[in-house]
Amino acid sequence: MVEAIRLRDDEVHEEPAVSLDSFLDQSNATAVRIEAGEDARLLLPYLDRLSLVEIDFPAFGDGRGYSAAQILRESGYAGELRASGDVLLDQVSHMRRCGFDAFAPDSPINPALMKEAISRYDHVYQATSDQRTPIWRLRHG
Amino acid sequence: MYQYDEYDQKMVDTRVEEFRDQVKRRLAGDLTEDQFKPLRLMNGLYLQLHAYMLRVAVPYGTLNSKQMRMLGHIARKYDRDYGHFTTRQNIQYNWIKLEDAPDILADLASVEMHAIQTSGNCIRNISSDQFAGATADEIADPRPWAEILRQWSSFHPEFSYLPRKFKFAVIASDTDRAAMRLHDIGIQLVHNEAGELGAKFFVGGGMGRTPMVAPEIRDFVPADELISYAEACLRVYNRYGRRDNKYKARIKILVHELGPEEYSRQVEEEFAHMKTLGLNPPVEELARISEFFQDPPFDKQASDDLDLSDPDFAVWVDQNNSAHKQPGYAIATISLKPRGGIPGDASSAQIDLMADLAEQYSFDELRVTHSQNIVLPHVKKSDLYAIWQKLDEAGLAPANLDLITDSIACPGLDYCSLANARSIPLAQKISKRFADLGRQRELGELKLKISGCINACGHHHAGHIGILGVDRKGTENYQLLLGGSGAEDASLAKITGPGFTEDGVIDAIETVTDLYLEQREEGERFIDTYRRVGMARFKEAIYG
Repeated sequence: MVEAIRLRDDEVHEEPAVSLDSFLDQSNATAVRIEAGEDARLLLPYLDRLSLVEIDFPAFGDGRGYSAAQILRESGYAGELRASGDVLLDQVSHMRRCGFDAFAPDSPINPALMKEAISRYDHVYQATSDQRTPIWRLRHG
Repeated sequence: MYQYDEYDQKMVDTRVEEFRDQVKRRLAGDLTEDQFKPLRLMNGLYLQLHAYMLRVAVPYGTLNSKQMRMLGHIARKYDRDYGHFTTRQNIQYNWIKLEDAPDILADLASVEMHAIQTSGNCIRNISSDQFAGATADEIADPRPWAEILRQWSSFHPEFSYLPRKFKFAVIASDTDRAAMRLHDIGIQLVHNEAGELGAKFFVGGGMGRTPMVAPEIRDFVPADELISYAEACLRVYNRYGRRDNKYKARIKILVHELGPEEYSRQVEEEFAHMKTLGLNPPVEELARISEFFQDPPFDKQASDDLDLSDPDFAVWVDQNNSAHKQPGYAIATISLKPRGGIPGDASSAQIDLMADLAEQYSFDELRVTHSQNIVLPHVKKSDLYAIWQKLDEAGLAPANLDLITDSIACPGLDYCSLANARSIPLAQKISKRFADLGRQRELGELKLKISGCINACGHHHAGHIGILGVDRKGTENYQLLLGGSGAEDASLAKITGPGFTEDGVIDAIETVTDLYLEQREEGERFIDTYRRVGMARFKEAIYG
C-alpha cells in the first residue's frame, strides 16, 4: 500500500477502504474506494458516516474521477478524498481543485514538487469545490 | 476587442513558466514521452510526421494588428517563414523545435495570446462568426459570450481529461458562418419571449468518422445560467461518454446512443443541481466584457459610392466583400487561396501586410475564418481600392470567396501522421484546373472541402462537394461526396460511389459541375440543384 500524501491535518483513517459494492452491502463501513465509472452519487445518503473515499484513476487520461470528486464535495462530503492510481505531478493541481486532499500515486511524487504544482497559479477562472475565489468574483467584489 | 486585465495576463504568464518547466523535465528525461504528451498537447504542441507542430489559439477568430504581427514574427523566427490558418480560426506552425516552444509561448503572452487547450481531450478554442460585430444580420455580438466561455474553459479542472476533444461555437445570427451545428456544443444567441438574450444549445454535432448534425437540446438558457448549463452538459459527458473506444468517444456518440431527449433529461437533472452552486459570473461580468466589443468610431458620413472602373477591382469587390451594418463600410475577406497555393498558408510578409492594413483601415481588427481566410471587418468603402491594390501586389487578392477554388483542405499526408492521402496537392491541382475566374463565378457559391483521412479535419462531410482521401492497397484514392453544408441549412454529404485517382477525382468534379450548369434553374446554387435533382442523376453522370 502506497503511503498517501495528505493535505489535511486530521488523523489518518485506519480502516481499509472497501469496494463500492461491499460498502453498499454493509451498514457500518466508513471508508470506500470507487473505481472509474462507478457512480459517486450512490454514496450521497451515507456521507455523514464516511471518513475516507478513495477514487481510482486507472490511467491519468481517464478523467471521470474529477467529476466523482466534485459531486461528493458539492454534496457536503468533508472527509478525506484520496486520488489513487495513475496520479501524476501534472494532474494534482486539477485534482486539488476538484476537492481531493490526499494522493496515493502508483509512482511516488516528490511532495515538494507537488506543493509547488498545487500553488503555482495565483488565481482561478472557475468556482469549484475547492472554494477558491474565481477571477470573476475578484473583479466584481 | 477584449483586453486582458492583470488576472488574465497572470494566467497565461504562469502557464508559460509551467510549460517551460515541463519541457525542461522532458528534455532532462524526467518525463517520458507518454507522460509529456498530454501536457504538450494541452499547450497545442503536436508531434507530426517531420517535426513538432504548434497550434496557437485565436479566440473566436479575433485579433489585432499587434497580435497578427507577432504571428508573423513567430513564422520568421521559429518556423520556415510561414504559418497556416486553420478551420478552428487558429494558426499553426509546422516546423517548431521543442526547445523553442516555451519562448514562443512567452512571445505570444506578451501580446495577450496563448496556445492553451488548442489540443488534447479538453475544451478547445471557442469559435464564432467571423463577421461578428460587423454584420447587420446578428441580434447581438456573440464574442462576449465566447469570451465568458473561454475564461471558464481555461484550465477547467474537471473537464481537462474528457473522453475526447470538445469544441464550442457561438453565433448570434440565423445565417451560420461558423458551422455551429457541427460542433460538440453549438450555441446560437436568441431572444426569449420576454426579449431577454440567452443561448440556444445544440449538442452532439461533429464530423470525423461518424458525422452528425447537432440536435437542439435546450431552446433557451439565460445569460446568468450559461456556465452552469454548460457545466451540466460537460459533466454528463465526462461521466458517461465512452472511453473504451476513441472513435466512439465524442459527445455526439453519447447523445446519439442515449437519444437527445434522454441526454437532455440527464443534463436538466444535473443543471438543477448546478444552479445551486454559484458557478455563474454575475451579469456585470458579461457587461464588462461586452464593453470591449462596442462599435469602433465609425465615420457616420462615410459614402457608399465606389469607383468600380477597374474591372479586376470590381470583381473583387463583388466577390469578396460583404454587407456591413454601418452605411459606407464593408466587410472585406482576404482570400488565402491563390491559384495553385496551399489553402490557409500565409508568409510572414503577407501576415505583416494584413496587420498593417488592419491597423490603417479596419480599426486595428482582423478575423480568421473557419474557411481559412482573413477578414478585415470594418473597412470604409472609400478605402477599398487602396487596400485591394496592396493585397494584389502581395498575392492576396484572389476574388474567389465561396467559389470552388476557395477550398478548405487539411494538412494531409504532407504533414500529418494520421493522414492516408495528401490533401494539399489535390487542392492545388483543383485550384489550377478551375483557375478561370469567369468559370468559377459562373459556377457560383460552391464549397469544396478536402480531408486526407476519415478524421475529417478538412470538413469534407460539410462540403457541397467533399473529397475524402483514403489508402487503397497502398495507393492514395479519393472518394467524392456531394450535398453537405456547414451553414444554416446544415446537411451531411454522401459518397457518390467508388473512389478515384487524384486526376480522376478532378475529372469527376468537372462532370458534376457540368451537370449542375446544365440542370440548374434560376437562382439555384450547386447545392440547391443537387438537392432538387438528387444523387442518382449525379451518380449516373459520373459513373455512366
